[in-house]
Amino acid sequence: MVSLSLPYGRCEAETAGTIAFAPNAFIRIGGDGEIVLTMPYVEMGQGTYTSIPMLIAEELEVDLKQVRLESAPPNEKLYANPLLGIQATGNSNAIRGAWKPLREAGATARTMLVLAAAKRWNVDPVSCRAQSGAVLHTPTWRSLKYGELAAAAAQIPVPANVALKRPEDFTLIGTPAKRLDTPAKVNGAAIYGIDVRLPGMKIATLAQSPVFGGHVKSVDDRAAKAVKGVSQIVRLDDAVAVVADHMGAAKKGLEALVIEWDGGPHASLTTEEIFAELEKATLSSGAVAQNIGDVEKAEASAASKVEAIYQVPFLAHAPMEPVNCTVHVKEGGCEIWVGTQAIARAQAAAANAAGIPPEKVAVHNHYLGGGFGRRLESDYVARAVQIAQHVNGPVKVVWTREEDIQHDMYRPAFLDRLSAGLDEKGMPIFWRHRFAGSSIIARYLPPAFKDGLDPDTTEGAIDLTYALPNLHVEYLRVEPPGVPTAFWRSVGPSHNVFVTESFMDELAAAAKQDPVVYRRALLGNSPRAKAVLELAAEKAGWGDPLPERVGRGVSLQFVFASYMAHVAEVEVSKEGVVRVRRVVCAVDCGTVVNPDTVRAQIQSAVIFGITAALYGNITLKNGRVEQNNFDDYKMVRMNEAPAIEVHIVKNSEPPGGMGEAGTSAIAPAVTNAIFAATGKRLRKLPVDTIALKQAT
Amino acid sequence: MTFAIRVNGGTHTVDVDDDTPLLWVLRDVLGMTGTKFGCGKALCGACTVHMDGAPVRSCITPVDSVGSSEITTIEAIGGTPAGAKIQKAWLDDVVPQCGYCQSGQIMSAAALLARNPHPTDADIDDAMSGNICRCGTYSRIREAIKLAAQSSKQGRTP
Repeated sequence: MVSLSLPYGRCEAETAGTIAFAPNAFIRIGGDGEIVLTMPYVEMGQGTYTSIPMLIAEELEVDLKQVRLESAPPNEKLYANPLLGIQATGNSNAIRGAWKPLREAGATARTMLVLAAAKRWNVDPVSCRAQSGAVLHTPTWRSLKYGELAAAAAQIPVPANVALKRPEDFTLIGTPAKRLDTPAKVNGAAIYGIDVRLPGMKIATLAQSPVFGGHVKSVDDRAAKAVKGVSQIVRLDDAVAVVADHMGAAKKGLEALVIEWDGGPHASLTTEEIFAELEKATLSSGAVAQNIGDVEKAEASAASKVEAIYQVPFLAHAPMEPVNCTVHVKEGGCEIWVGTQAIARAQAAAANAAGIPPEKVAVHNHYLGGGFGRRLESDYVARAVQIAQHVNGPVKVVWTREEDIQHDMYRPAFLDRLSAGLDEKGMPIFWRHRFAGSSIIARYLPPAFKDGLDPDTTEGAIDLTYALPNLHVEYLRVEPPGVPTAFWRSVGPSHNVFVTESFMDELAAAAKQDPVVYRRALLGNSPRAKAVLELAAEKAGWGDPLPERVGRGVSLQFVFASYMAHVAEVEVSKEGVVRVRRVVCAVDCGTVVNPDTVRAQIQSAVIFGITAALYGNITLKNGRVEQNNFDDYKMVRMNEAPAIEVHIVKNSEPPGGMGEAGTSAIAPAVTNAIFAATGKRLRKLPVDTIALKQAT
Repeated sequence: MTFAIRVNGGTHTVDVDDDTPLLWVLRDVLGMTGTKFGCGKALCGACTVHMDGAPVRSCITPVDSVGSSEITTIEAIGGTPAGAKIQKAWLDDVVPQCGYCQSGQIMSAAALLARNPHPTDADIDDAMSGNICRCGTYSRIREAIKLAAQSSKQGRTP
């Protein structure tokens, strides 16, 4: 039986006694044969706790059912994501980052075990091979289990170079292995951060300044204190927390608080003002993200021109598990229990809040009830520590859904100005794109923000798959006053692909050409992009007749190192209600580690993207977020979920990212389908159903 | 106030305010954390439990309304024929991703299957649209319910 454990930190005393062989930071083999894999990437639904073990197990020659998993402790040196340079799971790069190092980790251990066995038998290592957790000497059919070899393998010097298996010899990579975390997720046994229980633990919930940057002016907590089960009210500069025996009492206490807030400088802020600022900013030139050819020159010879302004809203993450963190502040240190995408950052944030060195903070990571970028941030960790400093003993700080929505760190709003020129045949001879909005990288990874640019905010706006002879893309960093912004599933492309793929559709329409035919004509330099476009169109029955007010829309992207095309089939009612009936996706993500996970991630990402395209909209009035809960921040539900077909292109290129691509690609496919169904071009998200109402 | 409530076949005595939602009694007082908090307003279904076999949202069910009803949670749903079939179908179809909403999804699906062994797509929409899955596992949930219903069909005369 597979055992998945998320222990409360690694106990040194315990491991010293049983671990015989630990050739690297990812593999430990005990004398009893237990194989423990340390997971440097977190499990938030994307299947890492199956696909990462698959990489190690393939090379180590063990069955998945033989391994036990542990989450990695905070250690940037041992467990940093090589593509990000920090210990974090995000940007769809767990498999990309792990692909070589974790196979090498497995191969190294396997090589050392084989050498140990050969030495024991006094035979040539070439005559031995590893299989199912044992080394075999094939001429004599002798065999030794890894546990029996562990102590001896530990004496072998770690080889500098090891041979990786040839792809044709893979027995696990490329198979639809069942997820290892499913059993615990169907019977309530899986432990998320919010499920942590400690002896003497209190539960707290909180109200934070409804205006970003505001302060508590006064608190009347008499009624709250009278609530049965409420033990304490903690007043901070910009928040008030109610500490209680259980969340029911804490919430009741919170409702009984009378808090007066001083909104501060952003107390009158509205979303309209923010978009006005963005629009104004795009009247001036920005940092040049990419320049190809000479747009000015080409403009002079264009037969016709197309111009458009696009905009996308702020979006909340709304993971199903509201953010939470459990903290026990002790003499000289603190211990935290949380679900985080960036454990070392969580540790640093806790240390900073507590005013102690990071090594004094023990962090225990757990399953994440959704991440989507929200749990790359550590604001809720720092907040929990601030509260816990006033509480005697451990306290679990749980945000209500309302706090979760109103104090998220949001996918930034953007405004984009585009123009393009077409030749006599309607083909694009120049493409100009200038956009303004927040740079998350500038805050999160400052060294990566250089010369007014960062690689995330521009991804999907530059390096287009299309052959465009003259292209000019500019970005202006404009931070919304007070509004915190953060990475959101499909990050930069969540905005850019909507804009570029909608505008490409506009060019096809201006040229009076079929959107698939038009795009294909520009893909001479990108055979992989062309292949996914053609495959999606073919499988979707592109061109087949459809009823009135039903349309197909296409999108194509190359982001997260994966090629993807979606065809969405959309029905627009006379009242303007949009129903996505079917989505056909073709993907080329290089080598596929687990095809069932690739399918699952695309099914997931498509729903996430449709939810945002149809409903996602965080707005501000009087400096306050207007949305509260799932009634006014709506989600796509079962009755609205389309049929989703995934077609995977097989090849042996290195793996591309798969957790987010389906999200960025779907919004333009939907809005392009709405255009096909109604003739209405939507340049602003979310979809405006009033604009789509049929004139009577 | 003190309440004696029946949960998963046992009786538990809890001392909380009478308007305390059942969700917090289960999670924080009794330590049964399989039932999840998602919204607190019966908007997402993550907290779904069975009260005498019928699905209810425990986040808006006051403890004083439970009375002598039998509460069943995700921890014990595998002990019912429909719950066992649903859990098996969830495993076979690899439904969960982050998994956080799945306790509620399984409770809603098990209640559906118990009262309607062969649900149509429209029946599934009706029974399951109160449960949000932010990971978007809806297509697999639909398939898994059909798979579980298929397993009920075996042995039936055509």
